[in-house]
Amino acid sequence: MADTVRTINSTISKQIRYHQAMKNHFGSILSVLFSLHTVPVLTLMVFLLPVLAGLTSTVLPAFGYLPVIGQISINTNAWGQLFAHPALPSALITSLSSGILATILSLIVSLSFVAAWQGTASFRKARRILAPILAIPHSALAIGLAFLIAPSGWIVRVFSPWATGWERPPDIAIIHDEWGISLVLGLMIKETPYLLLMILAALDQSQAKQRLKLAKTLGYHPIAAWVKGILPVIYKQIRLPIYAVLAFSLSVVDIALILGPTTPPTLSILVLRWFNDPDLNYRTIAAAGALLQLFVVICVIVTWWITEKAISRLSKRWLINGRRTFLEQPVRQVSKFSLNSIFLLFFGSLLVILLWSFTRRWRYPDFLPSVWSIQSWDRNIHNLLWSSSSTLIIGLISSFVAVVLVVVCLENEKRRGKTAGSGALWLVYLPLMIPQVSFLFGVQILTIKAGIDASWLAIIWSHLLFVLPYVFLSLTDPYRQHDDRYIKVALSMGISPARAFWRIRLPMLLRPLLFAFSIGFAVSVAQYLPTLFVGGGRFSTLTTEAVNLSASGNRRIIAVYALLQALLPLLCFIAALTLPNIVFRNRRALKEH
Amino acid sequence: MGIKQTFTSAILFTGLALNLATPQSVIAQDQTTANQDWSKIETKAQGQTVYWNAWGGSELINEYIAWVGKRVWDDNKITLKHVKVTDTADVVSRVLAEKTAGKDAEGSVDLVWINGENFASMKKNGLLFGPFSENLPNYPLVDIENKATTTMDFTIPVDGLEAPWGMAKFNFIYDSARVDQTPNSSAELLTWAKNNSGRFTYPSPPDYLGSTFLKQVLVESVDDHKILRQAVTDEAEFKKTTAALWDYLDQLHPALWRDGKQFPVSSSAQQQLLDDGEVDIHLSFNPGAASSLIKSGELAPSVRTFVFDKGTIGNTHFIAIPYNSSSKEAAMIVANFLMSPEAQARKQDPEYWGDDTVLSIAKLSAEDQKIFSAIELGVATLPPQDLGPTLLEPHPSWMERIEKEWLTRYGQ
Amino acid sequence: MSDNTFKQSVTPAQFPTLYLKDLKLCLRGEALFTNLSLNISPGEIVTLMGPSGCGKSSLLAAISGTLESDFSLVGEIFLDDLNLTNLPPEERHIGMLFQEDLLFPHMSVSENLCFGIPAHIKSKKERVSLISQALKDAGLSEFENRDPATLSGGQRARIAVLRTLLSQPRALLLDEPFSKLDTELRTRFRDFVFRHARAHNLPTLLVTHDPEDAQSTGGKVIRVSDF
Repeated sequence: MADTVRTINSTISKQIRYHQAMKNHFGSILSVLFSLHTVPVLTLMVFLLPVLAGLTSTVLPAFGYLPVIGQISINTNAWGQLFAHPALPSALITSLSSGILATILSLIVSLSFVAAWQGTASFRKARRILAPILAIPHSALAIGLAFLIAPSGWIVRVFSPWATGWERPPDIAIIHDEWGISLVLGLMIKETPYLLLMILAALDQSQAKQRLKLAKTLGYHPIAAWVKGILPVIYKQIRLPIYAVLAFSLSVVDIALILGPTTPPTLSILVLRWFNDPDLNYRTIAAAGALLQLFVVICVIVTWWITEKAISRLSKRWLINGRRTFLEQPVRQVSKFSLNSIFLLFFGSLLVILLWSFTRRWRYPDFLPSVWSIQSWDRNIHNLLWSSSSTLIIGLISSFVAVVLVVVCLENEKRRGKTAGSGALWLVYLPLMIPQVSFLFGVQILTIKAGIDASWLAIIWSHLLFVLPYVFLSLTDPYRQHDDRYIKVALSMGISPARAFWRIRLPMLLRPLLFAFSIGFAVSVAQYLPTLFVGGGRFSTLTTEAVNLSASGNRRIIAVYALLQALLPLLCFIAALTLPNIVFRNRRALKEH
Repeated sequence: MGIKQTFTSAILFTGLALNLATPQSVIAQDQTTANQDWSKIETKAQGQTVYWNAWGGSELINEYIAWVGKRVWDDNKITLKHVKVTDTADVVSRVLAEKTAGKDAEGSVDLVWINGENFASMKKNGLLFGPFSENLPNYPLVDIENKATTTMDFTIPVDGLEAPWGMAKFNFIYDSARVDQTPNSSAELLTWAKNNSGRFTYPSPPDYLGSTFLKQVLVESVDDHKILRQAVTDEAEFKKTTAALWDYLDQLHPALWRDGKQFPVSSSAQQQLLDDGEVDIHLSFNPGAASSLIKSGELAPSVRTFVFDKGTIGNTHFIAIPYNSSSKEAAMIVANFLMSPEAQARKQDPEYWGDDTVLSIAKLSAEDQKIFSAIELGVATLPPQDLGPTLLEPHPSWMERIEKEWLTRYGQ
Repeated sequence: MSDNTFKQSVTPAQFPTLYLKDLKLCLRGEALFTNLSLNISPGEIVTLMGPSGCGKSSLLAAISGTLESDFSLVGEIFLDDLNLTNLPPEERHIGMLFQEDLLFPHMSVSENLCFGIPAHIKSKKERVSLISQALKDAGLSEFENRDPATLSGGQRARIAVLRTLLSQPRALLLDEPFSKLDTELRTRFRDFVFRHARAHNLPTLLVTHDPEDAQSTGGKVIRVSDF
């Protein structure tokens, strides 16, 4: 059923306009909002203001203007100092190499896995694991991964000392390695599932199944059929997520702190350190560094885009050369192995976190804790409850608001029958592209000026900056693809547009709506810097507590917070996935296929 | 709150006046606040809420702060809220942001746990309230005569802008099951490291303890300590004074954990390395830390502490009140309570924290002295008489230059 | 397929005629057709034929009020003396059937039908009896609580027709509703639709490619290229 609708949908390519309907209908609040087009404007304001403020407060100090420490002249001293900084060249190189490598590898693993295994049982199994992986905050995962792969970690303990002869942990750099390999690994565990999910969403909308069947009837082997027949079509749809991944990997803070190289660290960490340096003169260097980071992100995305174009041009002949196979066996084996390793590391990380949270003593090389205890839970119960509830409140409200804003924007777009304004809506991705730390200083000042600092409003707003882009990203396609003729049919039966929206559009989109909501929630739960900056330090969430406590180096307590931090979004995802199946238990077309 | 309001503020902001509201008037008013009669301060403090920004990385300390909150509520009806921070520099940033935005009252921070560079920075930029600490009723009990660091914070005069809270002394934690003979000086430590390749390291500067290790080596290698009390003046002098330090590190690094090519990110990371058996010696600033960590299960029972005979770096940590706090009276009450014999004795007890007091035991009443002498220091804690002499912190500018130089030499 | 015909007790006293007056349809300024005038009497079925892209489906969209934004329409549309031209689609009461049944997948068969019944029929009993009557007359009684996704194409198509009829339209537009069905089913379903259109005295406009469809109406056949 859903497939037929999609087929039809693509034949009717243009969207339907309800312009006339609007002329006479100011009845419902919704239509008033739409006709005034206030919501898209409002949504953009929510974003543009802090972005502008953040940029201003970064650009000005970068050029020497920071009156609060007595600098009011415009100069380029900060840039001079930045480029003369001994750690800069290698920090820049590790940032670039780890960011680009992580993105390319995640993309290759996810694409090749889909190419090789689409439609098989292992594919369906893998698909089910994706959402939980996405739900787990980066910091929790990185903490678990570090417990797992460190020289004193669980993997080494399995084989030591009986097989390796290591009575003490081997003196080799596995985490914080200078090449950033463990950082790349940490990034891949989060990004491969994300890209996989985005590819799957794109596939669902592009008649991939039929196309693939067709290519196979022409004698193409699965991978050649996929790479030649599907990839060129869906790449457009996954381009934006790829750029988001790229920007994220290049400027990541939390994973880099836990797994990345240390002497020197990546550029983002360096900038963060400068921002936090008690010597306020470092602020100007930090600001210049933040701009450099922004510039690096832009350059890499542009380069990626050019490479994309070049590959697509160069591969034109290859696409139609008639060869029916393309590395069939290697791709199958390697992709399965890599994805399974990623899943294994993911579950291993979760398990080792769980063990540590119930540990009192667990010394190398013991495979399991020698003394168990619930003291880590017990002594923190009050604090855990408190930070869980503020995490919940902030997360639920910000993702709800994000979903509402996005739905209203998209509905407005549908009714006005054009994707205008979506050009401007691109701007919502800005917060994902700019290094958080540089930008949040401006947001902080903005909230103080508005007299709302350290309030729920401000903190939810700051989370919204990062939640909304992801909600927008995950909801746009399903919403735009929704067949408008259902609404048309309802209108022709005398149903008002508002009623059609509530009774037809929203229920039919329940699944993507809930999914987008839980993505938003997971993003909110993972936020560290926004909570810290805008919350004036007065709000503690599970993530701020976990990161604060990670300074204590006490794996037991870190594990407790990391576990809870992982648990909340996980529950949200499970609810989002099962709720539609309960509501639509008797509706085959809307159940998960 | 309307979007409109946000928008107006944004316009205000885009102008980015970054107005530096001159604290002249504020300071004048501060003087009256700080010099009031104590009973008046107590009256005003009632019902105020104090947001205390303090490092939240230790469960024990968090519990201690919670106890303080309970006590000041019982005595003075003050609500104390612990704002847990990772890095005190964040607090400096926040107060700075408030000043940038012209928020000269109702600031988000009322009390901050601070010393060293952060204090120097806040003092220099006029972000502190006071002087107030010398007017506190418990101040006369402070051992300013023998504990010089209570009035000179990293060579910067305190000037009554922060109240002493605890004494820190650089020391080493080691696993007695793995180390037989502990080194007695930096030079001996070098020999030990060479004989036990890969079993020692220090957190990479600017980590607090990593920097302190460098300072320790520096202070030991310089004959004329006077030069370190002043700001670094010229390059030649810096080169000459630090030559021995770099020579030491050049010899030490190849014998370190990971061949000195990688360093733990933080002192807590190194603590984990000690427990994992990756290294045998760890650094600490708190002579009671080892005992507390054994108690909580974070370190093995075989862990002990050692210091150098000729002394180790020591300093004092303080609490200060930002200029824009609106609960200054209550903040002063809390600061005063923290200096009381009751609070200081509990702080010294490794059961609760294990940090050395800033008070002079001799100045206390007989009854209070008894409380202090009854404290059990714990298996891994050296008694005060064995802690050795205290070496003073160099002027912050030395550390700034050394951290930079360290980065150039070893950080890439 | 049952030969029964579903008739509603509630029908307008007077059956309207659909008037199209001097319609001119432009796509981005380019005229698709001009001066299209047409009257369709109650119960009459007029067939509109023409090649793809000639604007016949757009004409239906124009009549129902759901024209896409890059089209523009000149001329007027009346139901008797009621000018529809500037009314929003939900106030025109012009029923539409598409190639697909477009049954709402989140509602059961009876919920789909109930969704079509006008709100002014308030009594629950009346609404329920309308539904069961409709299903009974169409020979689909046992499907009341079924999930539409579990029905055959022919059954779904008939339910879509019933849903439209229950919304008490005053005219009916058919946008190639038979083209997806196989030959046998097609003939029977076509009869089903026409029979119901006539029984409800609806002025009906059919858009199709298939000459057989046109023939079977036994009525007027118009080519868009004529205009």
